[in-house]
Amino acid sequence: MSALTFTLKYQPKQRVDMSPLVCQLLQGKTTQQIAALELQSGKLKLRVDQVFDISGDDTQAIVIKNSFAKLDFIGKELDGGSITVEGDAGAYLAMGMKTGEIKVTGSVGLYAACEMKKGYLEIGGNVGDFLGAALPGNKMGMKGGTILVKGNAGERVGDHLRRGTILIEGNAGDYCGSRMTAGTIAVMGQTGRYLGYAMRRGTLLLWNQPQLSASFNDCGSHTLGFLPLLFNSFKKFNSKFADASVAFNRVQRYAGDMSEMGKAEVLVKIK
Amino acid sequence: MIINGVTIDATFAEAFPMKATRAIITAHNEKWALIAAQAMTGFATSVIACGCEAGIDRMLDPSETPDGRPGVAVMIFAMGGKGLAKQLETRAGQCVLTSPTSALFAGIDSDIKIPLGKNLRYFGDGFQIAKVINGKRYWRIPVMDGEFLTEATTGQVSAIGGGNFLVLAQSQEQALTACEAAIEVMQKVPGVIMPFPGGVVRSGSKVGSKYTTLNASTNDAFCPTLKGMTKTELSPEIESVMEIVIDGLTKEDIDKAMRVGIQAVCDLGAANGIKRISAGNYGGKLGPFHFHLQEIMA
Repeated sequence: MSALTFTLKYQPKQRVDMSPLVCQLLQGKTTQQIAALELQSGKLKLRVDQVFDISGDDTQAIVIKNSFAKLDFIGKELDGGSITVEGDAGAYLAMGMKTGEIKVTGSVGLYAACEMKKGYLEIGGNVGDFLGAALPGNKMGMKGGTILVKGNAGERVGDHLRRGTILIEGNAGDYCGSRMTAGTIAVMGQTGRYLGYAMRRGTLLLWNQPQLSASFNDCGSHTLGFLPLLFNSFKKFNSKFADASVAFNRVQRYAGDMSEMGKAEVLVKIK
Repeated sequence: MIINGVTIDATFAEAFPMKATRAIITAHNEKWALIAAQAMTGFATSVIACGCEAGIDRMLDPSETPDGRPGVAVMIFAMGGKGLAKQLETRAGQCVLTSPTSALFAGIDSDIKIPLGKNLRYFGDGFQIAKVINGKRYWRIPVMDGEFLTEATTGQVSAIGGGNFLVLAQSQEQALTACEAAIEVMQKVPGVIMPFPGGVVRSGSKVGSKYTTLNASTNDAFCPTLKGMTKTELSPEIESVMEIVIDGLTKEDIDKAMRVGIQAVCDLGAANGIKRISAGNYGGKLGPFHFHLQEIMA
């Protein structure tokens, strides 16, 4: 069996809802049945074979080729299997993902992995605002799994994050870790303003000194025993995070946000 | 059966089903890992009065431990899961949490989980932090020397307790020398502990007593000073008997430990005053696991 491959024929002018093309919904369907599925695009409904050339038959390994930034909801609530996106992806990538693996070679839009529950998401390029966040009005963001971003991330990374790990090799925008309830966000590059705004619990692990607000208190420098375990768990990833030379266990610890519960921590590598 | 002049009795050790767990203690260096492990497995020679039997499984190289520090694997055996969980938690809290630089991790995987640091976290008084790493939950408990890191749970498995053999010698010194030789090689067998002091017990017991409040008393049949006043198992030249008790995760582990231990004793042989190897049993009516000495040494 070869991977079920959707090759984009042209770039529709309106955004396309890709949520029907996930492994668990395609399981057991023939190529003809898949071709006849309809995708919402603006006010139009487009047949899959209008937009994509279809090849392969393994519904548990989906490949989307020539992807671009208007393909939204790729891998929505994915429940097992894998999706590989060659190119960029739109908003709401891996939204509510339950388990499985999604890899994107390019950049991704807003709300990627919002309210994700489990699984693994890898983004080769940059990602927009609200990575791993809660949807507007909701109180609970990502609840588990791992996100790896090789480029930069936008604002509000991990807003309302509940559990899970977000790894960013590049920079993160303003309000990184805002309103976090728990979980871990690691940023190798620079972070923006209002880091950890209204954080309750959880860990922000940073390679560079951030601009911290007055509501974070310095707890001193420490050698923390859990960090080697954490870095060991990164070794399986195809990432800079897997490199033993980037690991550390000596950190400056800041507690905050004291204007909220104040049980979160910002750990900054001591150089 | 006679090996190097030592008679192997045609008898068997009778052992019982137990519940067991394994934990890994790490520390800044081997010395402090060992101190914590010795504290945790102290006063745990026999379930008769200690509530559990515990011992050190083996020393661990930094490459074998979860946090890359020197470590010690310990095992605890108890008659039931509830008692085991209580003993583990009490000992972890009083002996490992308190020990400088220590960290505590699960040492065995099983579908049945028992709390390791799951409840110790409350010592953190609300400042404790949970971290899920690779699907396992850890607790970071702030303590005066930094942080105590502990895994939330460890596994509970079915195991066997009470494997044993008796070394019958011409003198106390010769019995002790033989037992020391046996323990040295038995400690290298993974999955077993010898819970008594130094691995050796000089006060083997029988079930029951003339005193109704006691459920165990001295094994008079093997006491050399009682040869003339009880139904003795000892021949005139035997002046000292020592026992090695083995708890193990599987029957095969105990088989192996008994084999290497008895062989080490027999290597000293009759020339060094070792006369017989025997074993303790209750007629085969109480314990479902029988370790026949001659089969093991065949």
